[in-house]
This record gives sequence, structure tokens and C-alpha cells, in this order.
Amino acid sequence: MLDNLALLVQFPAVTVDVVVNGLLIGAIFALAAYGMALVWGVLNIVNVVQGELVVLGGYVTFLLVQAGMPPLIGVPVSAIVMFGVGWVLYRAIVFRVVDKDIFISILATFGLAILIQQLANLSFGADVRSVDAGLGSLHFLDGMVTVAWVKMIAFVLALAAGASLWLFLRHARLGQAIRATAQNPRAARILGIDTGRVYAATYALNAALCGAAGSLAVMAWTIHPYMGLPYTVRSFMVVVVAGVGNVGAVVAAGLGLGALENLAGFVLGTEFQIAFVFALMVAILVWRHWRAARRREHLK
Amino acid sequence: MRKGLFSGIFLGLTLLVAPAVAEEPGVIRLGAAVSLTGKYSSNGAFTRKGYDLAVNKINAAGGVTVAGKPYRLEVIYYDDESTPARGAQLVERLIQQDKVQYVLGPYSSGLTEAIAPVTEKYGIPMVEANGAAISLFRKGYRYLFAVLSTTDEYLRGAVDIAARLSDDPSKLRVAMAFENDPFSQDVREGVLADMKRHGMKVVVDDKLPPELNDMSATLSKVKALRPDLMLISGHDKGASLAIRQFADQRVNVPMLALTHCDSARIAENFGLAAEYALCAAQWASTLTYADALFGSASDYARLYEETYGEVAPYQAAESSAAVQVYADAFERTKSLDPEDVRDALAETRMMTFYGKIEFDETGKNIAKPTVLFQVQDGKYVVVYPEEFAEAKIRWPTPPWSER
Repeated sequence: MLDNLALLVQFPAVTVDVVVNGLLIGAIFALAAYGMALVWGVLNIVNVVQGELVVLGGYVTFLLVQAGMPPLIGVPVSAIVMFGVGWVLYRAIVFRVVDKDIFISILATFGLAILIQQLANLSFGADVRSVDAGLGSLHFLDGMVTVAWVKMIAFVLALAAGASLWLFLRHARLGQAIRATAQNPRAARILGIDTGRVYAATYALNAALCGAAGSLAVMAWTIHPYMGLPYTVRSFMVVVVAGVGNVGAVVAAGLGLGALENLAGFVLGTEFQIAFVFALMVAILVWRHWRAARRREHLK
Repeated sequence: MRKGLFSGIFLGLTLLVAPAVAEEPGVIRLGAAVSLTGKYSSNGAFTRKGYDLAVNKINAAGGVTVAGKPYRLEVIYYDDESTPARGAQLVERLIQQDKVQYVLGPYSSGLTEAIAPVTEKYGIPMVEANGAAISLFRKGYRYLFAVLSTTDEYLRGAVDIAARLSDDPSKLRVAMAFENDPFSQDVREGVLADMKRHGMKVVVDDKLPPELNDMSATLSKVKALRPDLMLISGHDKGASLAIRQFADQRVNVPMLALTHCDSARIAENFGLAAEYALCAAQWASTLTYADALFGSASDYARLYEETYGEVAPYQAAESSAAVQVYADAFERTKSLDPEDVRDALAETRMMTFYGKIEFDETGKNIAKPTVLFQVQDGKYVVVYPEEFAEAKIRWPTPPWSER
């Protein structure tokens, strides 16, 4: 561990490489986490099936490329297809657990996650899939710092998606309806908002964001039917840290998590990378609990 | 089940009647629980096809002769649903109800580990072809025989080549990234001993998590430390991810060796990025091994393709070899008593299209080295062991700026 730290000091370029690659993977986490925050905030559902939606988005792009389409077309197409999938999922299953106890929604979406994994295994096989975007890599500092173009695109897209989501929630009619429903569904209903539609749109929007994330993941990394969990865990972690109502915080938390995680993997060894993510989450929860307790004390 | 019972009675009758009609061939019944459903279903199917191909070929060539009397081979199959507990149960049933006295192995180390205690308890020999974990051979099993090379052998060839290509092996620096699971850690253990013997230095020794989705932290380290050899084992996802990220991060290592890159289909999926990668494998149809039954390795591959309409995977090849081992032992045994057959199996010394087979006292095959392919111009070409190789290894791998 100490040698690894020494290595970071000795080769500053390596530090840059580790942090940059971490930020780029963090962007994908952020993309998946926007949707989770949205669903959590509006429907009050912890969407455990998040990672599987990402993986399905990846398969959509994989199938498109198999059919001879250029890989980057996969990003919008996956988002659109997954929007439809999200809508159907909501209308078929998820609407039953809105406004129910949070454990019921966790169980239901967990069940959905297993179902989707098995269906993906049946239809696409257990093979590991990847798509070559054919874009190559940028490299600086004598090749010590490398950034794959597709990760660069993922990064920019994630930021753009965050910005448009923010604008959409603030200014679009449907965005305002989503916020109104999140604040008080009953009042929204009285004011003529079709909350059922808003819920469905929110869930579908989440699936679309996941679809885009999955499409980028299959180009930058690999996917297989059981790959969802890392994405679910990371999105959950990001939302826990950033809260449900703040797109900017989600971006920051996603990028920060990616960079920290990669650094931890470098210094502690990859076997502790995931353990680090969980330890960090526990630490943040404890800290927030402590801070909230102090604030309560203050108010007394 | 009824059918099994009736055929069991039928077998009993044939055995009783057999001495009277000496010219009618008898039947030797083998039993196997293989995964026809569940997560190993595709590899389980390969296992069964391999067994069937060899049984049919042996029967077509006149079966086997035990103490001057001709016999045909037959296999009873059950589906173990890819679960160890079910596998153990079914083998118990094969032995107790179907009265099978010789067992063929299942697919995967996990299933073999579950079944071996059962065959051991009844003193029934098991020749297996798809359980490579070294732990299987550390339990002192007497009735277990494996035709394939154990997992610790997988990447030893790469260390051997690296040592041979270098003027001073003790100067070599090695980076390792092995998944934190029994298979990959066995592979790691196998190479560590060799590297120590050569005096090589380990500069990176990462354990990849099973839920691996990114290995850029490891690769950044590799870029900084510039090792001479990199070894990676993490099933299909580890191999795919490594090839993808080696190219994306432009990691320059003179020699890269992996496991599972043939099953991850790296040459087909990653094109130029996969060039120069060395892949450990049990068998290849381009090897020059040959025997009297199937002919050469490529003859076997052709027969398999004609029969099943797909390319012969090594899982099928080793399964066929397991049946050949039984056939060979039946020819040499004093009687069909399982104990005598076990003793004959222990003395196996034969050449097959799959490679040389000779068991040590723990039951593993010590005569067959693992094979290394190299991806050369989009094809998997055998480069090791050198005496069976098709082509010379391309080494060192040029840096990305020249590829």
C-alpha cells in the first residue's frame, strides 16, 4: 500500500491518469444516478432494478451494432427504447408499489431485477459483450495519461444530460408537473395534474437515462446479464450522498465517487475497491446522522 | 425413471445370460450427471456430446474386449441442473438404483467436488474431464481420475516462455491481476512457484473483485511500473475487460497472457486490440496429437463438426478423451470389478488426440501440458508447447504507437 502511495508521488502523471479515469467512470454513475434520484424523489421508490436497466440499454446498443448500425447511434436509440420499456414496467408493475411502504418497493424492484437478469440470460446468453466504438484514445504526457474518446463522450453527455434534466424540471410543463407531484401529489391532483401519467413519465425518463448510460458502458467497458449490481450500488450511493432533489449534487457526487474509488483501487488494491465504496457510504451516513442530531439539538 | 429401472433389470438379465451366449457382446454401462439445464447448460451439452461421440465411435469400431469377451459401451445420463447438491444425489441414484459401476464426470469443478465424495464412498471409479480445480486432487481421493490439466497449470507456459526468451529470467518483472475466486487464485498459485524458481520479481499483484466492471486502477499501475510480463485471469469478463482497457489506456507490456480469452472470443470481438495476446487453453484442434480411434486432433474436430454442426470446443474433446481412458482401462483390466478397473485406470499411459494421459497418485493427468494460443492476424495460433506449435510466438508486443 505504501509502495502504491510512493508511486503516486513519484509519477504525478499516473495520479492524473487514475483521477481522470475515475472521473470518467463517475460520469456514467452520475447518469444512472439522476434517474434513481428522480424516481426516489417523485415516486418514493428505491429503484433496485436500476443496474438492470443500464445493462438492458447496453444490450440495445449491442444489438444495433450487430445489425450494422454505427455504435454512437446506440446512445439515443437505447434511451428511446428504454423509455418505452420504463413506461411499460411502470404501467405493468411499478405503479402498484407507489405510495406503499418503502420495503415493498425495494422487494418489488429487487424481484424485477432478478427477473430481468434471467430473461437477459435466456435471450442474450451469459457471454460478456462489448462494442468497439472505433474511436481510439487521446494520450498525453508520453502516453502516461490516456483517455478513451468514448469515455470522453460519455463524460460530456452525462454533463449535458444533467443540465437538460435541470432545465426540463425547471421550465418544461411536464417537468413542473413532476416537481409539483413530488412536493404534494394530492394537491397536484386537485390542480388537475394527472399524477399517474407524471409517475409513468418519471419512471420512463429514469429508464431512458439508464439506457443512455448502458449504451456508453457497453462501448467503454463490457456488459453481461449479471452486471447490473455495481451500477445499482453506485447509483444508490450517489443518491444517498447527494440527496434526491439536486441535479448538481448528483453530478458532483458521481464524479467524486468515481475518482475516489479509482484512487482507492490503486492505493489499497482492487480487492478493496468495492469495500471502500461501502465503507465510504457508511461513513457518510454516520456523519449525516450526527450532523442532523446536532441540528435537532440546536432547535430545542 | 421407470425406463431406468427396466433397463437396470435388463442389464441384470443380460449379465446372467451372458456366459451362455458368449458371442453376443455384453454391455458396460457408464453413468453421468451432466448439466443440461441451468447456468452450465451450454458446457454441459458439450460434455455430453463429447461422451456420446467417443462411445459411438468405440462401439462402431467393435466395442471393447474385457478378458476375451466383447462389450458395447452405454451411458446413462441425468440432468444435474447445474447444482452441486443435485449432482451428488443423482450419482448416488446412478450407483444405487441403476447399478452403474463406472462414472463419467460432470461439468465444472464445483459439481465434481460435490460428486467425488459419493463415488469415493461406494468405491466406484470416476474419470472426469471438466473439473480442473487443484483442490480436487488434494483430498486423497482414490477413485478420481482427471484427463485435463489442473488450473494451476494454466499460465505456467507463459512464465516458461518469458524465461526462455529472456537472457536473464531473474531480471524479469511481472504484473499479475487475478480475480478473487478459487479458479483464478489456483492459477496464481501455479505461476508463483515458477516465478520464484526463476527469481522473477512481482511488481503488481492485484486481486480483481468478482463484480469487476473496470480495471483502470490496475492498468494505471502497470503503465507506471512497466513490467515485462502481465498475467490476467478473471473468467470471460476479466479477459474481455482487459483487452478492451489495454487498448483504451494504451498499456504497453511486451507479453500479455490470459485465461478464458478463447471463450470470451477476444479475437472475434476486439479485432486489432486482441493481437499478440497469449491465451491459455486445454486443447486446440491444430495440435499434432493423434490416436488410433479418432486420428489426429483435426480429424476429431472434423468429425465433431460433421456430427453436431458446430466447431469442436475443448470441453467436448476432453470429454471424449475420458471415455477413451475408460475403454483403454477395460481392455487391460483383469475383471469388470470396479476395484480392478480402478487399478487399470491408475496405470493408464496412453496417447490420444487430446494429448498424452498419465495419472499421478492423486489422479490428475501429469503428461499433458496446457496450450498457449497467440492471437496472430485475427486467428488463434498455437505457440506453446513448442514441439506441438504451429507458429513461433510474436514477441515482444510492439508499443501502441507502432500498432
